[in-house]
Amino acid sequence: MLGLGVDRLQADINRLLTSLFHQGVLDEQFLQLQQLQDETSPTFVYDVINIYFDESEKLLRSLRLLLMDREFSDYKKIGLHLNQLVGSSSSIGARRVRNVCVAFRSASELNNRPGCLRGLEVVEHEYNYLKNMMHELFQLEQQRLLAAGVRYPM
Amino acid sequence: MATKSMGDIEKIKKKLNVLIVDDDPLNLIIHEKIIKAIGGISQTANNGEEAVLIHRDGGSSFDLILMDKEMPERDGVSTTKKLREMEVKSMIVGVTSLADNEEERRAFMEAGLNHCLAKPLTKDKIIPLINQLMDA
Repeated sequence: MLGLGVDRLQADINRLLTSLFHQGVLDEQFLQLQQLQDETSPTFVYDVINIYFDESEKLLRSLRLLLMDREFSDYKKIGLHLNQLVGSSSSIGARRVRNVCVAFRSASELNNRPGCLRGLEVVEHEYNYLKNMMHELFQLEQQRLLAAGVRYPM
Repeated sequence: MATKSMGDIEKIKKKLNVLIVDDDPLNLIIHEKIIKAIGGISQTANNGEEAVLIHRDGGSSFDLILMDKEMPERDGVSTTKKLREMEVKSMIVGVTSLADNEEERRAFMEAGLNHCLAKPLTKDKIIPLINQLMDA
């Protein structure tokens, strides 16, 4: 019975990942991260993704503050923040977030404030979707580990 | 019977020693893991200034330095130039982002890099360079 629970959860994890790859939410780089996870660092992917979330949220907050300022004109700063977001999203395989950041960056290079505001909304939407999906994935993984009788600090 | 020289044995036993220079905590953790996965050991520096200080303090010798380009305090270009002025002989590999244009990459190479790789780094990108190092 225990085995069936683990198998079912693993099937759910595989289904979710397949869906995320199919939607273009994740790309090959996420697989690279999974391949780096081993017995010496069993929560590697979880740790990396959480660093990504922490850093990204700081950048997104900063972007929103910059754009909400009526006197705003620092498109260079917007560009720098977006370069960081593009880079970190590429590093974890967050393809859709990366792509919408690139589009947002194009608007900032044209000093297009309405375009930047739209870009920010799209980035926030994609980022939140990714975050929800990752939480679902980690919950399934945690349940699978519990069902298999494995304990890791999370 | 042919025997291996002490030099060959030491070369095989010696772990690849890498300095990872990057201000992004995400890149640091991923690049450290990649180096560990290919059997190396690594030390990190959060910016170019730290990398220079590590070498200035003496006693540090790295086989490979992974150098991010955009960093606060001292960027990758300036750090590479400085390390070469200090006669650091390590293989220095620049790590660039998609935002960098051809001119910027060329300037980075001309600062004294041995190679340039684009992010995101993977084992497949680094292993050929490690093999070059081992063959040298």
